[in-house]
Amino acid sequence: MLVKLKRTLLDPIFNNNPITLQVLGICSALAVTSKLETAIVMSLAVIFVVSFSNLSVSLIRNYIPTNIRIIIEMTIIASFVIIADQIIRAFLFEISKQLSVYVGLIITNCIILGRAEAFALKNPPLQSFIDGIGNGIGYTLILIVLAFFRELFGAGKLLGFTILPINTEGGWFVPNGLLLLPPSAFFLIGFIIWIIRTFKKEQVEED
Amino acid sequence: MLEQYLSLFIKSIFIENMALAFFLGMCTFLAVSRKVETAVGLGIAVIIVQTITVPINNLIYINILKEGALTWAGLPDIDLTFLGLITYIGVIAAIVQILEMALDKHFPKLYNALGIFLPLITVNCAILGGSLFMVERDYNFSQSIVYGLGSGIGWALAIIGLAGIRERMKYSNVPEGLRGLGITFIITGLMAIAFMLFSGIQL
Repeated sequence: MLVKLKRTLLDPIFNNNPITLQVLGICSALAVTSKLETAIVMSLAVIFVVSFSNLSVSLIRNYIPTNIRIIIEMTIIASFVIIADQIIRAFLFEISKQLSVYVGLIITNCIILGRAEAFALKNPPLQSFIDGIGNGIGYTLILIVLAFFRELFGAGKLLGFTILPINTEGGWFVPNGLLLLPPSAFFLIGFIIWIIRTFKKEQVEED
Repeated sequence: MLEQYLSLFIKSIFIENMALAFFLGMCTFLAVSRKVETAVGLGIAVIIVQTITVPINNLIYINILKEGALTWAGLPDIDLTFLGLITYIGVIAAIVQILEMALDKHFPKLYNALGIFLPLITVNCAILGGSLFMVERDYNFSQSIVYGLGSGIGWALAIIGLAGIRERMKYSNVPEGLRGLGITFIITGLMAIAFMLFSGIQL
């Protein structure tokens, strides 16, 4: 039982990562990663929503009529997203301005609906909860890696603290402005996928 | 007056492209862009749904949810903006459902062409994103129609372009680990850079 739970938790982090293998939830992964701070807040919100929506869907899974399950799942997810959104607005107002519409877009983040459909409808609550946390962490991992490189090499900072003093402020580091622009996120994810698939041959697609 | 709408229209298609500048609707963008034919079908579906849902959500926002909007009902102090998210997604799901039934009855040919894509659109973030941007930027009703149409066309343009490039990619020899998803990301990145050229244009 414990082994199984551990596998449910760890599997989505490396072997079955929601972003690089299942191609889910990419929209927000790209948009919020130009700074580490926003990426962390966004990840926490996603972990919260995915784990609790999985738990709730799983709790009522035997009472949901199949025809209208999507609507029910959407309602549950939307409610948790509203909670997360209101909390972020109340306590982290500056960051909520930067995240702009992307917190609301967690609703349509396919990871969440995908896990509710694929896992929570068929498994007991505890496992679903753990699965949600696992997938949330898998998502977080990619977000943090992206944000780390983008903020460090794009602005010479991490979490707002200067790590590499940039040349316009009298330092030596010439920042790569491209990394702060949206397209760089695509390249970075492309390269991350390349690296992962170089080591995990079984994930390579035949095109 | 007309100029203002025209510039909003052009801006929402090219400069603030939903897919390439804001990364919205990426899941479907990457998954359904293997063939130009399917990309066109999905693109049309997105344009239709976007043009309908953004103005409707605009009406709901202005008349019911906005702070002080309920003054006409004698409740001037009520602020229902926190219900926004759940309302918009509900409206989108309902519109998609209605559209599906209406198309099935009156335009069976178009319905068959769109097929599975129509229901998928409910969870396309470009659609919800359109409504959320509309709220954030405080568009009025007529602006929201123009914005809905423009952003839908922009998204369709991007996915058809990507599908065209991917069809061509069949003839090239991509490194093993990069095949499929990896190279698609990099192509999308290059397309996004190309679209960034528009951002210098002042309208």
